[in-house]
Amino acid sequence: MAVIRNLRTGAWRVVELITTPVVPADYLDVIAPLRNASVLRAKIDAVHAETANSVTLVLRPGRGWVRHEPGQYVRVGVDVNGVRLWRSYSITSPPWRSDGRITITVNAVPDGAVSTELVRNAKRGMILHLDPPTGEFLLHAPRPPKALFVTAGSGITPVMGMLRSALHELADVVVVHSARTQEAVVFGSELRVLAAEGRIRLIERHTRADGRLKPADVAELVPDLLERETWACGPNEMLDDLEAHWADGGAAERLRTERFRPTLLTGGGGGTVTFTESGTVVETDGSEPLLDSGEAAGVLMPSGCRMGICFSCVLPLREGAVRDLRDGRLTIAEPGDRILVQTCISAAAGPCTIEG
Amino acid sequence: MTTIQRKKISPIAHLTPEDIEQIGIELDAIRDEVMNSRGEKDAAYIRRVIAWQRGLEIGSRGILLFSLFPPAWLVGTAGLSIAKILENMEIGHNILHGQWDWMRDPKIHSSKWEWDHVTPADQWKHSHNELHHTYTNVIGKDNDLGYGIMRVDEDQKWHPAHLGQPFYNMVNALFFEYGIAAYDLELGRNLQTKERRRDPKFRAALKGVRKKIGKQVLKDYIVFPALSGPFFLHTIAANFTANIIRNVWSHSVIMCGHFPNGVETFEKTSIEGETRGEWYLRQMLGSANISGSRAMHIMTGNLSHQIEHHLFPDMPSNRYRTIAPKIQDLFQRYGLSYTSGPLPKQVASAWFKVFRLALPNRGEAAIRRPIEKKAPAPSTRWRRAEAPAPAPAPAPAPAPATATDLAA
Repeated sequence: MAVIRNLRTGAWRVVELITTPVVPADYLDVIAPLRNASVLRAKIDAVHAETANSVTLVLRPGRGWVRHEPGQYVRVGVDVNGVRLWRSYSITSPPWRSDGRITITVNAVPDGAVSTELVRNAKRGMILHLDPPTGEFLLHAPRPPKALFVTAGSGITPVMGMLRSALHELADVVVVHSARTQEAVVFGSELRVLAAEGRIRLIERHTRADGRLKPADVAELVPDLLERETWACGPNEMLDDLEAHWADGGAAERLRTERFRPTLLTGGGGGTVTFTESGTVVETDGSEPLLDSGEAAGVLMPSGCRMGICFSCVLPLREGAVRDLRDGRLTIAEPGDRILVQTCISAAAGPCTIEG
Repeated sequence: MTTIQRKKISPIAHLTPEDIEQIGIELDAIRDEVMNSRGEKDAAYIRRVIAWQRGLEIGSRGILLFSLFPPAWLVGTAGLSIAKILENMEIGHNILHGQWDWMRDPKIHSSKWEWDHVTPADQWKHSHNELHHTYTNVIGKDNDLGYGIMRVDEDQKWHPAHLGQPFYNMVNALFFEYGIAAYDLELGRNLQTKERRRDPKFRAALKGVRKKIGKQVLKDYIVFPALSGPFFLHTIAANFTANIIRNVWSHSVIMCGHFPNGVETFEKTSIEGETRGEWYLRQMLGSANISGSRAMHIMTGNLSHQIEHHLFPDMPSNRYRTIAPKIQDLFQRYGLSYTSGPLPKQVASAWFKVFRLALPNRGEAAIRRPIEKKAPAPSTRWRRAEAPAPAPAPAPAPAPATATDLAA
């Protein structure tokens, strides 16, 4: 075995000598994009419409994929009009599918570049980029005797992943779900079937007709809610309300929440810049380049032309927004992103984190 | 030529500081229009060029496995030469300029790309993107003016060693990639003193180049020839020829960028406190284009649009062609000359200069006019000029200035 392995690595080295300065994978990617374990990709196997505004994508992850835990999400990279943008989507399939496929369900968000692209244009055979699954919004073992899931809109997606994976291990489940209308409920028919079979107690709220659900309403509908282990996912205001209610009831540790997008503060007026490597924090007014702000605060930063043409000064933007001082273009990093920005012509457009 | 500041008649004497800033504003508008419209089509373009290049390289190298047969040798060598030229010019040079960074594809990014060239990408990016593109044609700051081995401007001091420069240039053309590696290492300067030779930064750079040369040589002169077995020597000859063709071609194209007649040079002190408009103007006057067909533009990596490239070094190369008419119009309106010509003419013009300036200055050129020195001041090249307030409502919009208006 060892001999064969040595022969294989030896042969591979020769192939590397042949393809230098690029790597053999750059050629192989053209033929077999899923075999490259160092660049995780997935092929879209099927696209199913869920509602008028959402689709479920069945993905075949390539080599390098690690099995997810129910409730986790995956960052997906999609080329939208030539630019690779990354967004997080909850995995809605159980982890043990024999065909190795996973599913994600995407809701078209107004002005959402990636979600709109996927809902409108995703086709079988398309290649997407992936990060390994991640997230702390998990069902723990042992399973709780009584569980409550409070969700709204696309907040149902991680919960659906949990229900599909572990409902058979849960004895008493209540799902409180809000959506604008009955038709807008993602997985509506599946949830209703589960309810009809008596496997869950489903409380649907259609907010267009009945208004938004308040924690007090939930307490009325589920009288024992503070005794239940609870998972909640939805808009930030809803989660804030729930957290306050659970804290008031002294049951904060029973509530777990998942927030899809932190509220991003962007404005023309600069913001706090955090340089992660040096640990320096600088207040800026958005009128001077990040490079100048950082250097003035003693951060050692790469620099070059100082006019935006040589790309020597680029550093990863990890979170927040920066504005190109020349043409005003905004660059926004989602959590998990590492977007290289030119620090010599970019200024903070809200709080931002730079790896440097 | 002589630097613009020492010329008897300056080609920019007719421009007021306001005109120069207005040129900057107009160029920024052209830039914004293109940069805001980058998209799927552009991304598809560069991916297509890369795919074609790789296909051509694999195909040619495959054919060269049978390099004993003359037709195979010829076709394979021609294909490999074209593949290497595309890889260096339209792909490598432009990706390393950050022209495709906006795609956020880590495989096609200036921070990650490595090219089929003996100089490592990071060293080249420093000497080219940063020094040459910021200080274009400033004597004493832009070493691309003669690469430190030649005198290509009257205002560069003559030395008897310059008598040999036509010969140096020929050798440089043949082994251009090694010339560039030596240039990026600043070998001439760094080998001078013991202290410089032992500088850890220089030693690290040297190691990088040695490693890169090793890999390149191993690939072209050992591994591929070995794969062709009994035709070992034929494949070596083919790969050597392809490298020479690539070298001579890129050397010629690059000579056409800043050496032909009509290109202006600048004094070191003239760029003190340089504004964005002034920087743009220097790029306009300091570069020369090559006219020709689409295929010609692609084979030069669109450096045939040297003027457009120097104005917007990070603009995707497939767009230079589309903005060229607007740039030409701008030159005309401001009474400036857009230097351009077919390849043979421009190459001849550059070579003529290399021969002429091997000798010391004579006649008019030997007279060195004094210049007005500017006090040191930080530049504000990144900062755009404010557009002037719009004229009062009833006044009719002024007609665009023509060359004659401005000259008057």
